[in-house]
Amino acid sequence: MSRRASRLWILPVSVVAALLLGLLPLPVSVQGLRPYWLALVVAFWIIEEPERAGLGFAFFAGLVADLAFGTLLGEQALRLVIMAFILQRFRSQLRFFPLAQQALAIGGLLLNDRVVSAAIHLLLGLPQPPWTYWLAPLLGLLLWPPMFFVLDALRSGRRPR
Amino acid sequence: MSSFASPAAPRPGDVAGTLRLLGFLALAVVLIVLDHRGGWLASLRATMNVVVQPLWQVAGLPSRLGQTMREDAATRSLLAEDNRRLRNELLVVGARQARLQVEADENARLRGLLGAVEHGRLDVQLAPILNVDLDPSRQRLLLDAGSAQGVRVGQSVIDAGGLLGQIVAVTPGTSTVLLLTDLDHAVPVSISRTGVRLIAYGTGRSDRLELRNIPVSGDVDVGDVVVTSGLGGRFPPGFPVGTIVELHPDDSHAFLVGGLKPAAQLDRGRDVLLLRESREPGSANGAAEAPRAEAPPPVPATQSPTPSLQPPAPATNAPATPAGPPATSTDAPTPADPRMRDPASPAQPGRTP
Repeated sequence: MSRRASRLWILPVSVVAALLLGLLPLPVSVQGLRPYWLALVVAFWIIEEPERAGLGFAFFAGLVADLAFGTLLGEQALRLVIMAFILQRFRSQLRFFPLAQQALAIGGLLLNDRVVSAAIHLLLGLPQPPWTYWLAPLLGLLLWPPMFFVLDALRSGRRPR
Repeated sequence: MSSFASPAAPRPGDVAGTLRLLGFLALAVVLIVLDHRGGWLASLRATMNVVVQPLWQVAGLPSRLGQTMREDAATRSLLAEDNRRLRNELLVVGARQARLQVEADENARLRGLLGAVEHGRLDVQLAPILNVDLDPSRQRLLLDAGSAQGVRVGQSVIDAGGLLGQIVAVTPGTSTVLLLTDLDHAVPVSISRTGVRLIAYGTGRSDRLELRNIPVSGDVDVGDVVVTSGLGGRFPPGFPVGTIVELHPDDSHAFLVGGLKPAAQLDRGRDVLLLRESREPGSANGAAEAPRAEAPPPVPATQSPTPSLQPPAPATNAPATPAGPPATSTDAPTPADPRMRDPASPAQPGRTP
């Protein structure tokens, strides 16, 4: 228990790192491929640390992201809360999926997230991002396994289980 | 709950979980709506932006490091080459400037004869762009200069090509520029050849602006250069905005719609210029110059952690302006200054000579 408690600083640090990765300037041509890092990190914590990270965590992470990215206040909060809710519902299954299958599920969630975002923009009459942004979930899917390993290793100490 | 698999947990928690979801969704929707229309959250946002400001600074660090490294690695011959080119350019620009100076003097004299109001002098400040990617569907830029450097909300931003946008938010160390091309932006312009006055709207695309409601009889052609007209008082007159690249009739066939190519480089340059005008008493009411104590010096005293750059006075007209909060040049005694309300006031398009 104490070991896990001492490792909790990983959570805020990973969120900040995800925000920074989201802000990092990319060449215009590949901007659309930028994976939604924050969603990946939030998903990880909701799957692995359900007592600490729930809907509230997703909401506030989204709010901070809204401020940082200059999106409409509440937009990313809404998207992440929806994702977090779905994850919570299927958490017990997801945890025992093999990693590849888990990655597929995450890819599906990220795609769903893009749909939600597009719907919000459509409802409010905001411009849609270019079509390449629909490829980002694919990259998120591919990045899930390595990110899972890294965060898991950081969280549970150097020693492999 | 400390055991890993908690298969029994979801059942009783189902209802509570759904309720929590609904609660958070409602909260998010309320925030979105409040932020989208009204902009009542502007002041909240301004204070919260101070919190995320260090995040921006850190995110902009890599590209800044890359830049300095590239500069350090520049060879001697490269520098010499650069120097020669720049010196030549300076010569050419200096010559042109000298000729313009004559024109400007003459113009001032003629204006004096006509009794017209003198334009305020322009003063610029260089500000580097903080290279971070913001929301791709909005047209914004982040500058690495804030209220500590004297940046104020409402300042016009230009680059070598022309008008870029205006400052809409300021934190002590950074400021946000709303670009001309943002969907929420509009700027009063005139066609420099004929003086026809129009309004250029942003389209959300970085390479296109739109001129709506051009009278069919108006003297407007493809290739015309469009400059700021200075109406509305937000932007100083005479800065290039773009070139007309296409004209086609709108749905009613009573007016034309023009496509405009922005004159400024709206993708990432490296530095931009902030206009720091000693705002002239206004072309509308020239009598009000007595109480004006010269454009308030951007005192560094405002760099207290809460940059309340919008004094409470003009809060009444803040929500409605589509192009950012009104230019509150910190001289509070004129709270309801209608001329600087917003450049996009829809009353103007019909007014053509």
